[in-house]
Amino acid sequence: MKKIFAVGGVLCFSLMFATMSFAAGTIKIGGLFAVTGPASFLGEPEKKTLEMLVKEANDKGGINGMKVEAVIYDTTGDATKAVQLATKLIKDDKVSVIIGPSTTGESMAVIPVAEKEKIPLISCAAGIKITEPAKHWVFKTPANDHVAAEKILNYMAKQKQKNIALLTVTDGFGSSGREQIKALAKQKGFSIVADEVYGPKDTDMTAQLTKIRGIKPDVIICWGTNPGPAVVTKNVKQLGIKIPLYMSHGVASKKFIELAGPDAAEGVMLPAGKLAIYDVLPKSDTQYKLLKDYDQAYRKAYGVEASTFGGYAYDAWLLATTAIKKAGTTPDKIRSGIEQTKKLISISGVFNMSPKDHNGLDLSAFEMVKVSKGDWALIK
Amino acid sequence: MQFDQILQYTLSGLSTGAIYALIGIGFSIIYNATGIINFAQGEFVMLGGLLTLSCLDLLKLPIWAAIPCAVAVSTLAGLLFERLAIRPLRQPTPINLVIITIGGSILIRGMAMLIWGKDTHAIPSFSGDDPIAIGGATILPQHLWILAITVVIIVINKFYFYHTISGKAMRACAYNRRAAGLVGIDVRRMVLFSFMISSAMGAVAGIIVAPLTMIAYDVGVMLGLKGFCAAIIGGMSSGIATVVGGLLLGVLESLGAGLISSGYKDAIAFIILLLILFIRPQGLFGKADSERV
Repeated sequence: MKKIFAVGGVLCFSLMFATMSFAAGTIKIGGLFAVTGPASFLGEPEKKTLEMLVKEANDKGGINGMKVEAVIYDTTGDATKAVQLATKLIKDDKVSVIIGPSTTGESMAVIPVAEKEKIPLISCAAGIKITEPAKHWVFKTPANDHVAAEKILNYMAKQKQKNIALLTVTDGFGSSGREQIKALAKQKGFSIVADEVYGPKDTDMTAQLTKIRGIKPDVIICWGTNPGPAVVTKNVKQLGIKIPLYMSHGVASKKFIELAGPDAAEGVMLPAGKLAIYDVLPKSDTQYKLLKDYDQAYRKAYGVEASTFGGYAYDAWLLATTAIKKAGTTPDKIRSGIEQTKKLISISGVFNMSPKDHNGLDLSAFEMVKVSKGDWALIK
Repeated sequence: MQFDQILQYTLSGLSTGAIYALIGIGFSIIYNATGIINFAQGEFVMLGGLLTLSCLDLLKLPIWAAIPCAVAVSTLAGLLFERLAIRPLRQPTPINLVIITIGGSILIRGMAMLIWGKDTHAIPSFSGDDPIAIGGATILPQHLWILAITVVIIVINKFYFYHTISGKAMRACAYNRRAAGLVGIDVRRMVLFSFMISSAMGAVAGIIVAPLTMIAYDVGVMLGLKGFCAAIIGGMSSGIATVVGGLLLGVLESLGAGLISSGYKDAIAFIILLLILFIRPQGLFGKADSERV
């Protein structure tokens, strides 16, 4: 009997202390990530990155002396669930800012909730619709797809390449890329001579490429995420096609070179987010130190290399905490703090927010790189 | 020029078609022995590829040793699947069995995701990546491997089913289970055999295509469906008709993507499937069943 009292007493005390330490000042940050399900390749590194950063911040004594508490929920990539969990974060957990969701569909679904409840939302999804037109409470960290497309077209203009053969995957990423390249090409005076597609699970694209070879375009632009582009790269080599091949930023990782084989991937060009290629960046690059620190910390914590997707959560954290440090801890102050962000060096690029631009990244978020001897090389 | 293109489409189609054929035969072997369609067939394709990867990377085996090893483990998986999921069933009606195979496929896929992760993996080609020119078209050495191994497997299959006792027994089960049982054939054992053979064949298909198509925990679904199409076109025979079905499917897909539109590539396969089911449900080459009363 005594024992039970003793245990109960200890429990009571520890609970009291726990609440007291909370009362001393905690900032609650909500996270909505697709940790499991089809978009888990986005959500998993995002969640891990946020957890790592929160731990790091608390070990260093918190933000402005306040502890940070992250409440992270798994949306499984389901928009309905994301809305429920967002409401829960706001009403039950009383968070001051939400990081996520991971996908465009979920973000679009959660936006009305954030707007209504007046809680800043920093989405980790790339869809252009999220911040265009700009919504009062909504921001996003990944650069828009069309920035990557524009990077390719600008480079093509320099090379005097005019006729484009498109080969895009039939999922959200591919069709959004396809639309945007077509629009940009029209605007900038390029012509699309072939417009082929492939399924996300297709295993052979020689038919499409044979057709493209017959049309003789100046370049081929393939827009997809692994493994499709790796198959395309292999097929191009097999068919002996010598036309320059551009890929999207969706395959800017060593995995792509590994899958396609260094031999077949030789000479493939693509716009890459700087995280994937930081080791070939000049040391003078403003992002270099941050990228290296993030990659090394992530490797130390989880034993795998940091991914661009985790970087989106990193940037959301940077935006939120910088705003908290400068402006204050209420949702309203955090929001205006994020909107006033200027020259914030981050993983995806350098953020310059404004009331009209809630993404704040420009062409400098990407670098054109080329595969050379199984590694990335900057194109000058 | 145009001829070159058509030749390339045909060659590409034949090599993908050979894969569909191999998977399709796996479907029809089980169908013939048990009367069920094993929707977990695609998962054995995936297992073959991923197990080879593990043998190469973890056990550091050379490729010629890794392949039999992966096939053996997949066969074991097929055996366990039959023992643990199919045989204990109280009321083995076809619909129950089919649903069990679907459940099994989800289970196998989930376990593979936990073991190998969600990443796509690459396996080196058996003999280099230098393209071989045929006329104006090119194929890879791996394509030749695929065609050759498909032929070998079909020959072995033919020999097994027509010239060995257990092969003949299995055909007897397919023809009439009850009668086969009455003349002393262990029907349950034949069912077990059929699962082992078809999982081994699925694994072989997975191994020989992995260098071309890469391998991930979820490749089994689409390959399984295409294999199923091939088997339907071939009228669920475990012989040459399914092979022709697979090749036909591959070539039509490839020609369709090249000459009509790549957007309709998968649609072509499934339109063929529907047409066959509507017009000739006994398969392109089968004779219509006539039930005698």
